[in-house]
Amino acid sequence: MIPLSYYLVFAAALFSIGLYGVLARKNAVAILMGIELMLNAVNVNLLAFWRYRAPDGIAGQAFAVMVFAVAAAEVAVGLALVISVYRRRNTVAADEIDLLKW
Amino acid sequence: MTMLQVIFLIVAAVTLGAAVMVVTARNLVHAALWLILTLFGVAILFVLLSAPFFAVVQVVIYIGAIAILMIFAIMLTRRVMQDVGPQYNPGWWMAALISLVFFGGLVWMLSSWGGFSTPLPELPEGIDPLQQLGQALVSPDAYVIPFEVASVLLLGALIGAITIAWERG
Repeated sequence: MIPLSYYLVFAAALFSIGLYGVLARKNAVAILMGIELMLNAVNVNLLAFWRYRAPDGIAGQAFAVMVFAVAAAEVAVGLALVISVYRRRNTVAADEIDLLKW
Repeated sequence: MTMLQVIFLIVAAVTLGAAVMVVTARNLVHAALWLILTLFGVAILFVLLSAPFFAVVQVVIYIGAIAILMIFAIMLTRRVMQDVGPQYNPGWWMAALISLVFFGGLVWMLSSWGGFSTPLPELPEGIDPLQQLGQALVSPDAYVIPFEVASVLLLGALIGAITIAWERG
């Protein structure tokens, strides 16, 4: 029998690893990968709470579906932006894309 | 320690190891392949959570669509960021510190919560969670509005992605 704590600690670790990727990586695609890890951790948490705390409800699963849809939308727009920036500025390093910085 | 716990620990260790490789691998194509392994591990955890539908969706959407899209983007932008040169920001150690503090804080906060080690409850008899989910997503009493908003968001995002990436002239 797996207690709820296993899933929570696992999701917290996955989220922290994704956070590190987002903060530390230079490449914009790698930053998007970090965001995917964080969204996955959220989904693990949503489904774990559904299974352990409210197995007769449906809210956890419904929100996990929303997270899937938002993740797909986010990665499509993010990668389109990366490709567009690459075409104009010939770089995908996040710290070189500083047109709006002053 | 039961069989399920052993399976969980193995899957979790492999998944977290692969996740660490995703954020540390120098070669981005390798990072994308590690990402696929991570997503697969999470799909196995969904099966352990008795949500097999989400495991299938995870494999189809995340591995089948998102990871492949990532690999496309890496290959389209590969020339500029070869595997030489720094892959990390100068303040990467600060990022590591923030992540560790965040993880510690989360675990500390969760472990002080009363339901931290809730044992696994039985699934209610006679109810199919998948059928329940399908009905909830189209029922006006439940989640039809968020569901439709998510659909429109997806449509808008895809049209926006095409517009942004369109090569003019």
